[in-house]
Amino acid sequence: MSDQSDDRAEPPIPPGGPPEVEEPPPPGVGRRLFEELTGVGVDWRTALLVPALAIFSALVVGGIIIFVTDIDLWRDFSGDTVSNTLGEVRDAFTALFTGSFGSLRALSETLTSTAPLILAGLSVAIGFQAGLFNIGTEGQILIGGMAAAYVGFALDLPIVLHLPVVILAAIIGGGIWGGIPGFLRARTGAHEVITTIMLNSIAIFLVDYLLTNSLFQVEGRQDPISQTVDTSARFPRLLGFLDRSDLRVHLGIFVALLFAYAVYWLLYKSTIGFEFRAVGANPHAARYAGMSVTFLYVAVMAIAGALGGLAGSMQINGVLYRATPGFSANIGFDAISLALLGRSHPAGVAVAGLLFGALRAGGQEMQVASNVAIDLIFVIQALVVVFIAAPALIRAIYRVKTGEGAGQLTKGWAT
Amino acid sequence: MGDGVTAVTADVAAPPARIRTPAEVRRARYIGFSYLVMAALALWFGTLSVGNGDARLGLARPTDPSFPDLVFNASALAFVVAVLLAVAGGVQLSRGFGRWQNAVLGVAIVLVVFAFLGWATAQSGIGSFSFIGMLNEMVVRSVPITVGALAGVLCERVAVINIAIEGQLLGGAFVAVLVASLLSSPDDALFLGAPIGGWIGVGAAMLAGALLAWFLAVLAVRYRVDQIIVGVVINIFVLGLTSFLTVRVLAANAHLNQGPIFKPLSVPLLSDIPVIGPVVFQHNFFVFAMFGLVILLTFGLFRTRWGLRSRAVGEHPKAADTLGVDVYRMRYLNVLLGGLVAGLGGAFFTLGSVGRFDENMTNGRGFIALAAMIFGRWHPVGALSAGLVFGFAEALRQKLGILQTPIPSEFLAMAPFLATILVVAGLVGRARPPAADGQPYVKE
Repeated sequence: MSDQSDDRAEPPIPPGGPPEVEEPPPPGVGRRLFEELTGVGVDWRTALLVPALAIFSALVVGGIIIFVTDIDLWRDFSGDTVSNTLGEVRDAFTALFTGSFGSLRALSETLTSTAPLILAGLSVAIGFQAGLFNIGTEGQILIGGMAAAYVGFALDLPIVLHLPVVILAAIIGGGIWGGIPGFLRARTGAHEVITTIMLNSIAIFLVDYLLTNSLFQVEGRQDPISQTVDTSARFPRLLGFLDRSDLRVHLGIFVALLFAYAVYWLLYKSTIGFEFRAVGANPHAARYAGMSVTFLYVAVMAIAGALGGLAGSMQINGVLYRATPGFSANIGFDAISLALLGRSHPAGVAVAGLLFGALRAGGQEMQVASNVAIDLIFVIQALVVVFIAAPALIRAIYRVKTGEGAGQLTKGWAT
Repeated sequence: MGDGVTAVTADVAAPPARIRTPAEVRRARYIGFSYLVMAALALWFGTLSVGNGDARLGLARPTDPSFPDLVFNASALAFVVAVLLAVAGGVQLSRGFGRWQNAVLGVAIVLVVFAFLGWATAQSGIGSFSFIGMLNEMVVRSVPITVGALAGVLCERVAVINIAIEGQLLGGAFVAVLVASLLSSPDDALFLGAPIGGWIGVGAAMLAGALLAWFLAVLAVRYRVDQIIVGVVINIFVLGLTSFLTVRVLAANAHLNQGPIFKPLSVPLLSDIPVIGPVVFQHNFFVFAMFGLVILLTFGLFRTRWGLRSRAVGEHPKAADTLGVDVYRMRYLNVLLGGLVAGLGGAFFTLGSVGRFDENMTNGRGFIALAAMIFGRWHPVGALSAGLVFGFAEALRQKLGILQTPIPSEFLAMAPFLATILVVAGLVGRARPPAADGQPYVKE
């Protein structure tokens, strides 16, 4: 808790209820705005320096990986093959950029991937704020998405009603799936990391089962694909007026930003959010201060699950329009990296979501334009998190001052 | 693994009576009700099988010396099992089985599985299926799960949480096939069922696992980064890197993805025992390695100085430190050993089974291994038992497809995960991890 740039450090809570939060001496306007938005205190230059250097280092390592894995280079190491390979690295990075921000279509793809990533990142981040490690976002996406898909094709409603009902179904589906580990943690002490990992696997098989069940499957077909959701149950496309089928960006990005703000408000402006953070900082103190830790654990995990479920509906009702095996596209695991990069703050998560969305969109382009598979972006994302989580590495490489790392976010599962 | 209940002496005449905690009473009740549920299930299988006749479970493969099949009337067996389980449920709810509780539960589950197999076989129309084939399959499928769980046990006994088993298995599988393909050709001489290149592949896989483990150890022990985060990151990293390399290197160079497959070995004499021989003593190197590791680790952890020190570091690092045990050194050592073991388990996926690497071919086995470690209560023998149970579930799932039972196989696939949730929640039994698990140690 000695971390100066960590916003979870709360003043100790004396018995008798939460006290007024002590105001620090008034800083300048720019810094106040920054702190207000990010929750990062004091040295904000270092706070931004580490993520920037982490992303830069990860991209450099990514380039090195492309270079050394060129099989031609291994067969015949000469000036020609080296310059060929360097050209390939350059092409890959050019495609990564043009595919994410280089054109209207690229920008649209970036924002399309960003929407579910922000929501999933929020799902993990809200857990971190309350001291819970939600690895279960992947499963929550699957269950929420399936609920949204079912409501999307089974009900027949006008659009003003259908889309809200879809969103509600996703929230309830994901919320229940997230609430289970919260309940088990609160009542039996079963560690949420174990239960959410197990629930992820259960969700994968449940989706496999449902997709070959008459409830979901298209009549007369054998392949595991659900029925298509009604037009009224789809997120409207933002650039639909341009009449181009390749501009897939949809209303979901605004829904995601709206929820990012809602989570920000919940965490930093509401009493229950204060209690979430208090239980994250010190559950014993929170209990001593009269908060119901049981209720808070269930509530945090249910909200986290709801956000994950909503991310699932972005995939189903915004992009694919039907459920297929693996529609979650690993978003739930990216979300963990995302939440760490965004320092578990909604604004940070939104920015990190845009970055990861850009990597996903650019990765597609990279795969098409050069001989570099999209899987490289997952390597890059993992490296980003390594550098973020262990700033000592950044310190050692760049000889700069950094704050402490993510440190111990969760307690081990020996309770 | 005592549960901390003190024995209280009652009367002089009466034997010492254990006073059960409320949690234990609740657990006993849950188990009692689950007997009744199982009895109902068996009854259901019985009514479904009426008129379907006999079930024939084969106990010898066509290549084995002949051995009589197990033949029984499916409905009769199911009804008998239902009655037995109902009685067991009554006893459990009224009096309890005392120290036999878990053993009786185990027998009960086996009985239900037999009732189920009887029904599944009788209703399929074929009327028989190779039970021995399934047991064989169970042992083979339990290898990566058990070996992965052993890697987890090694790490968690010194209080380092290893979520990265999945990544270590996947990395090991990739490196094994790459190295073995490079260093072997189809007409190499075989040594214990594999060419020398294959053995070097196994060694390389173990080193790959150890490299990932070293990464975990440095970040978790030295830099005190959250262990769960490091584990998740390693998983993402390895999945990304191996998929990337599969597309970039292996796809265009098929000769790099053609590893030798380890041939089965027969233990002399022992493999001639009917039923047990083919199931336990006729396998390739990896199965024997699994059994060997279980024995070695059980002995090592509970009978040697190294084991005592490891467990001390996992339970109470400060006390261990005070007594002169180097906590950091023990943690590095055991995490690296765990990496070697996990790498070996990874090599099984390629060299021990199909001979080639596919993207994400471990497909969550590392998480099942994690479940098996918890299910087996952080004990090597427990890990093996859990691995066999989960391996049985996988084998059963595959056979049910052949028998065309109306029960969806997905539910069977979920069973290990559901069981683990029940165990960690303490509904049936209780799994207690090492006391300092997951907490970094700061030397004062």
